Amino acid sequence: MALRISVNGEERAVDVDPDMPLLWALRDHLQLTGTKFGCGIAACGACTVHMDGFPVRACSIAVGDAEGAEITTIEGLESPAAKAVQSAWQDLDVVQCGYCQSGQIMSAVALLEETPQPSDEDIDAAMSGNVCRCATYVRIRAAIHEAAKRMEG
Amino acid sequence: MLARRLSTAPLDRRRFLFASAGAGAGLIIGFQMLPKLAQGASPAAAALKADPNAFIRIAPDNTVTVICKHIEFGQGSHTGLATIVAEELEADWAQVRTEHAPADAERYNNLHWGPFQGTGGSSAIANSYDQLRHAGAMAKAMLLAAAAQQWNVPAGEIAVAKGRLSHAASGQSASFGELAELAAQQTPPSDVTLKDPKDHSLIGKHAPRVDSKAKTTGQAIYTIDVQRPGMLTALIARPPVFGATLKSFDAAEALQIKGVEEVVAVPQGVAVVARDFWSASKGREALTIEWDESGAETRSTSEILAAYKAMADKPGLVARQDGDSDAALASAASVIEADFEFPFLAHAPMEPMNAVAEITQDGCEIWTGSQLPTGDQMVAAQILGIPPETVKVHTLYAGGSFGRRATPDSDMVSEAVSIAKAIDGHAPVRLLWTREDDVQGGRYRPMYFHRLRAGLDEDGKLVAWQHRIVGQSILKGTPFEGMLVQNGIDQTSVEGANNLPYAIPNTLIDLHTTDVGVPVLWWRAVGSTHTAHSVEIFIDELAEAAGRDPVEFRRELLRDHPRHLGVMELAVEKAGWGEPLPAGKARGIAVHESFASFVAQVVEVSLDGGTPKIERVVCAVDCGRPINPDQIKAQMEGGIGYGLGAILHDEITLDGGRVEQSNFHDYVPLRIEEMPRVEVHIVPSEAAPTGVGEPGTPPIGPAVANALYRLTGERIRSLPLSKHELRGA
Repeated sequence: MALRISVNGEERAVDVDPDMPLLWALRDHLQLTGTKFGCGIAACGACTVHMDGFPVRACSIAVGDAEGAEITTIEGLESPAAKAVQSAWQDLDVVQCGYCQSGQIMSAVALLEETPQPSDEDIDAAMSGNVCRCATYVRIRAAIHEAAKRMEG
Repeated sequence: MLARRLSTAPLDRRRFLFASAGAGAGLIIGFQMLPKLAQGASPAAAALKADPNAFIRIAPDNTVTVICKHIEFGQGSHTGLATIVAEELEADWAQVRTEHAPADAERYNNLHWGPFQGTGGSSAIANSYDQLRHAGAMAKAMLLAAAAQQWNVPAGEIAVAKGRLSHAASGQSASFGELAELAAQQTPPSDVTLKDPKDHSLIGKHAPRVDSKAKTTGQAIYTIDVQRPGMLTALIARPPVFGATLKSFDAAEALQIKGVEEVVAVPQGVAVVARDFWSASKGREALTIEWDESGAETRSTSEILAAYKAMADKPGLVARQDGDSDAALASAASVIEADFEFPFLAHAPMEPMNAVAEITQDGCEIWTGSQLPTGDQMVAAQILGIPPETVKVHTLYAGGSFGRRATPDSDMVSEAVSIAKAIDGHAPVRLLWTREDDVQGGRYRPMYFHRLRAGLDEDGKLVAWQHRIVGQSILKGTPFEGMLVQNGIDQTSVEGANNLPYAIPNTLIDLHTTDVGVPVLWWRAVGSTHTAHSVEIFIDELAEAAGRDPVEFRRELLRDHPRHLGVMELAVEKAGWGEPLPAGKARGIAVHESFASFVAQVVEVSLDGGTPKIERVVCAVDCGRPINPDQIKAQMEGGIGYGLGAILHDEITLDGGRVEQSNFHDYVPLRIEEMPRVEVHIVPSEAAPTGVGEPGTPPIGPAVANALYRLTGERIRSLPLSKHELRGA
C-alpha cells in the first residue's frame, strides 16, 4: 500500500517500503532532485530538508516515519527567511560546484527562522553538519549575516 | 590501451558537425564556413580554430549562449569563459547563458593538450583566452555586417554596446536577437581586431556567476538527477582489495529484494540493477561473492611506506641536476636533512561518482560530469564496438571533482556502459556510487616519501640541495604517458620540486617510481600537493639554521623570480609579517608556483588544547591578467579550505590491502568552524591569464606547518596533523 507524505504543502503518495530513506523517496519517486545524496549516514548534510520546520537529514529518516509530518525541500522554500538566504547566496556568489548548497540553504533558513541575528558561533553550531568540499564556508558565513540584515530591513 | 583506441578511432567530424547543427535558430552559422575560416583567417585565429559557430549561439529571443568546452564543476569555468566571449562580443551580461559543449576532439579540444577535449591542470581559461576573444570578436563583426546591410550604412559607423547595435546618424538600432538570423548569413571576417584591454568592461571587473540561481534553488541538474524513461539504477559490488577478480557469485537472495530486476557480472564486479537506489542498495548487500585475491595488492600502507624508505637510501632517476651537489654537501659547513611522509588521499567530491548510459538504435548516449569527454566517448565506443561518433556525451554540472572525474580510462562511464550492455540495452542505466564506494574505490593521490638534504656554508648561504622523491606514477599506462613521462620521469611526480625557484648553485632532484597495486590519480594541484609541502617547510628549516627570517631568506633566494617575489611581498605586506602577535599565536609562510600561477600565503595559527586552529590566511595570487577577480578569490578560498581539510585530517590507510576508511566519519572533511578568515589579494598583471582552480591549494599545508613550528617548536614531517599531539612551546 502506498505511503502518504506531505511535501511542500501537497499530499503525495509513494509506493515504497516504509524503511526507504525519505531522501530516496523524494529523489527517485517524487522527482524532487534538489535534495542531494552525499554520504547516507547523516554526516554531510547534503540531504537536509525541513520536517515540521526543523532541519533533518533525509538520508537517515525512514519515509514511513515522515508520515504525518510536513516536509519542505529546496523546491518548496518560500518564507521570507528563505528569500533572504537565496538572494544573499546569489548576490555573494557563494556557490561553486553547488551540490551541497541545497542542504546548506535549508540549514541556513532553519537557523534564521529560529535565530534572526545569529553570531558566528550560532552559525558554526547550525552549519557544522553541512559539508562543502569546495570550502565555500567563508561566503556561507557572510551570506547568512547578509540574509539576517536583509530580513531586518 | 586507451592510447591505441585513440589513435585507431578517428572521429567522423563532418558527420558530427552536421548532426549537432540546429536549424533556423539564429547565428548558428552553417558549418560549411569552417574551411573558409581556415583559409582566410589570420594565422593566430586559424591556429586557434576560432570559430564563432562552435562557441556562440545568438538566438532571436536575444539570448547569447556560450558553448563551453570545459566542464563546470565549481571552479567557475563557465562564468570565466562567458566573460571572455561577452567582452569581445559586447554582449549584455544579463543576456548571457552557458551550456556544455558536446564531445569533439577537433573543435573543443584543450589547446594545451592536442586533439583531446578535457578539463584539468587549471587550463580552462589559459587555453581558451585567445580562442574565445577571437570567437567573440568574429561574431560581433558578423552582427555589424548584418546591421550595415539592413540599414544600408557603413559598418564602421555602427556602435555596439550591451547587446545592442546602433547607428547614430540614422537613428537606427537593434538588439543582437533581432539581427541574429541575418548575421548568420554573413561571411565570417578573415581577421578581427581585439579590444584594447584598457577598454574592458567585464574582464577584470565583476561578472556574477552564471550558475548561482540554478544552484541556490535546487534546479541545477547533475548526473544523479538525470531522468530517462524506463531508467534503472545500478550499484556495483567491487572487489574488497585492489586487483582482486571475480571468482563466483550467488544472486538468488538479491533477486528476492523488491525492485531488483537483474544482477549481472561486469568487468568491474557484480552489478545490481534495480528500479531505484534503495532497492539496488539492499540487493547489493544481499549478494554472496567470492573473489580471487591471488593477484591483488594485499600490503598495508605501513609496509608500503617501509619499502619506500628503503628505496630512498639509493639514488633514483635524475629529474634535475645543477653543479655537483654531492661535492658541495661534502664541503658544506653544516648539512641539514629531513624526511617527509605523505598519505594516500581520496578526492571525496560531494557528488559521488556516477554516469547514465542509454544504448539507442543509433549508438549510445552518456550523461555524466565529464572531465574528459572525448576519452569517455572513445571508451564507450570501444565497449560497445560502435563508431565513436555515434556516442553522444552530455556533459553535466558535477558536484566537484578535484581530479577524480578525470580518469584516463573513464571508470564511471565504462561501468555504466558495461552494465547497459550486460542487460542488452533494454533500459537506460544510472550507475551510482555510494560514499563508501568513493572513499574505498582507489584513484587516490599517491603516497609519497621525500628525503631532502641541504648544505649551508660558513656564512649561512645555501650551497647544495638534494631532493629525493619515492612514489607511484599517476600517468604510467595512460594516454597521457607519452606527453608527460620523459626518460622514465613522470612529470607529475616531480613538478613543484624540479622547478625549484630558489637560487642554489648545486641541486639534485631524483625519483624512484614505485610499483604498487593501488590505483592512483591526480588530486587538486597534483605533484605540488606534496612537493610544495616538503620544499617550503625545508626552506624554513634552512632559514632557521642560517639564523635568518624566513621571508628575508626567501627574498634573497628568489631574486631571479620576480613573480614569486611579487606574491610573497604582497602577502607579507597585507599580513603584517614581522608585526607582533598576541601570545599563543604564530605566523607561517609558503610561496609556490603551480600551473604557471604564483601564490603566497601567510597564515596565523593558535592551539585550542592540542588542536591547531587556523585563524587567518592572507593569500596573494598572480595568475596573469585577472578575468574575474571575484572568482579568483573564490578559488583561492576554496583551494585553501580543500588543502586544509586534507592536511588537518585525512589519510587513506590500508590494512592487508583493505581500505580502513569508509565515509565522512573517518575520512573527515573540513567543516565551517575550522575555516579560517581568508583575505585574497590579486597581483595586477597584463601577462597571459593562467589558472586558479588548483594553485591555491599547495601553499596552505606548509604555511600552517611553518606557523605551528614557531608555536610549538615541533617540525611535523608526516600528515595528517591529527596524528600528532601538539603542545605550545
